[in-house]
Amino acid sequence: MTTGALPILEIRGLRKRFHDVEVLRGIDLVVLPQQLVFVIGPSGSGKSTLLRCCNRLEEPSAGSIRVAGVDVMARSTDINAMRRQIGMVFQSFNLYPHMTALRNVTLALAKVLGKPRAEAERIGMAALDRVGLADKARSYPGELSGGQQQRVAIARALALEPKVMLFDEPTSALDPELVGSVLNVMRELKRGGMTMLVVSHEMRFARDAADRVIFMDHGVIVEEGPPQQMFSAPSEARTRAFIAELAR
Amino acid sequence: MEAIVQQFFNLAIMERALPLILSGLEQTIVICLLVIPLGLIGGLAFAIISLSRLRTVRWAAIAGIDFFRAIPPLVLLIFIYAGLPFAGLRPSPMLAVAIAFFLNTSSYYGEIYRAGIESVGQGQWDAARSTGLYGYQTLAYVVLPQAVRNVLPDLVSNTVEVVKLTSIASVVALPELLYSADMARSVTFNSSPIVLAAAIYLVMLWPIVRLISRLERRVAA
Ligand SMILES: Nc1ncnc2c1ncn2[C@@H]1O[C@H](COP(=O)(O)OP(=O)(O)O)[C@@H](O)[C@H]1O
Ligand SMILES: [Mg+2]
Repeated sequence: MTTGALPILEIRGLRKRFHDVEVLRGIDLVVLPQQLVFVIGPSGSGKSTLLRCCNRLEEPSAGSIRVAGVDVMARSTDINAMRRQIGMVFQSFNLYPHMTALRNVTLALAKVLGKPRAEAERIGMAALDRVGLADKARSYPGELSGGQQQRVAIARALALEPKVMLFDEPTSALDPELVGSVLNVMRELKRGGMTMLVVSHEMRFARDAADRVIFMDHGVIVEEGPPQQMFSAPSEARTRAFIAELAR
Repeated sequence: MEAIVQQFFNLAIMERALPLILSGLEQTIVICLLVIPLGLIGGLAFAIISLSRLRTVRWAAIAGIDFFRAIPPLVLLIFIYAGLPFAGLRPSPMLAVAIAFFLNTSSYYGEIYRAGIESVGQGQWDAARSTGLYGYQTLAYVVLPQAVRNVLPDLVSNTVEVVKLTSIASVVALPELLYSADMARSVTFNSSPIVLAAAIYLVMLWPIVRLISRLERRVAA
C-alpha cells in the first residue's frame, strides 16, 4: 500500500444476495499491481461468489468494483470488453470439449478481439507454450490429464492479456500428483508480474507465493494479513479454528 | 395364396403405377426438403426464445411448444386448410402443409434442442462469457455444437417421424407418395401400389433408422 500504485482490483462494500439469503455482506478488498492475494474460507462462505461478481458472472446487489480504475458496474462500461481483461480459471476447468486445446485458446482471440486466424494461432501457441503445453495444441480436452486441462484453461485466459486473473480453487479437482504442475504455472505467472486473486487451500503455495491471505466466513472478510502471520498466528478464533482444520 | 400375391404383390400393376408413384415420391421429397429445414430452424428459434431471461417470453415459448406438441398434426393441417378460408385466407395445399408442419415439427425439434442446450453445463457458459464472448457467440460456438451432438439421435429420430408424417398431406389432396399410391389403388382395384409405396418408405427410412441406433450407441459411450 505504500507503493502508491493504483489498484488493479478495488472492491468496496460488495453485497450479493440470492433471493433472501445474503451471501456477501459487505466486502472491501484491494489488489495492487503484481500482487497475489489468496482467499481461504469454509465451503459456502462466498468465495466463488466474490470472484464471480468481479466479472459480473453474478450481478452484485450493492457496492462497487473497479478494475484498473474502470467501474465494472457502470452502465457505460462494456462488460464484455472488461471481461477479457479479467482472466478466470475455474475449479472444473470448463474447457470446450469439442475443440482442440489451441482452439480453446484462440476462440476469444478470434471472436472477441477479431484477430485473424494466423495471428490468433501464434498468440495461442505462445500462451500454450507458457503453460508448457505447446506440444498438446492439437489434443482435445478429453485426451489430456486434469492438470494439463487446467493449464490449457490458464492459457485460454492468459492469451487475452488480462490485467488480473481470478482463480477459483484451480487445483481442487485434481489428483494430488497433478497439483504441482498447475501451481508451478501460477508461480511463473506471479514471477512474470501477473496480478492474481486466488481462492485455494494450498497453504504451502500460499506461504511462498501470496502477498496477502484473506480469511472469509459467512460473506465477510474476517481477517487478513501476510501468509506467515495468517497461518502461524491468526488473531481471530474463527481463523485459528479454520487453519487448524486445514493443517490436519 | 395366389389371390394374396395378385392383390398385394402384382408386379404388372406395380409397373403401371410406378410413374404415378414416382411423381408422388418427388412431391414427398419436395415436402421434406421444405418442412425439415423449416422445422429445424423454427425449433432452434423456439428453443432459444425459451432460454430468454424475460419470464413472460420464456413462458410464451414453452407454452407454444407444449401447445403444438399436444395438438394432433392432422387436426392442425385440416384446421389450416379448411378452417382458415372462413377467415378469408385460402392457403394452397402446399402452403397449408408447410404451415402445419412448421408449427408441429418446430415444437418437437424445439423441445429436443432445449433438452440439448440444458445438457450443456453452466460452466461452459461461464468460461465463454468470462473471455468476453457475447451470449449469442457462446451459444453458437460453444453450447450449440455440444447440445446438437448430445441430442443428435433424437433430432434424426424426429426427422424420420417428420418424413412419415408427410403422408398426412394426402388429406388436403397434395399428391405425395401415399396419395399417389392410393389413387393408383382406386383405379386398379388392387393394393399392390400401396405395398410399393410402403416399400419405398422402408428403403428411404431404414438406413436412417440404422444410423440412429449407431448414433445412440456413440452418445451412450
Ligand atoms: N446461483 C446461486 N443461487 C443461489 N444460491 C447460491 C448461488 N450460488 C451460490 N449460492 C449460495 O451462496 C453461498 C456461497 O456460495 P459460494 O460463493 O459458492 O461459496 P464458496 O465458494 O465459498 O464455497 C452458498 O450458500 C451457496 O449455496
Ligand atoms: Mg467455491
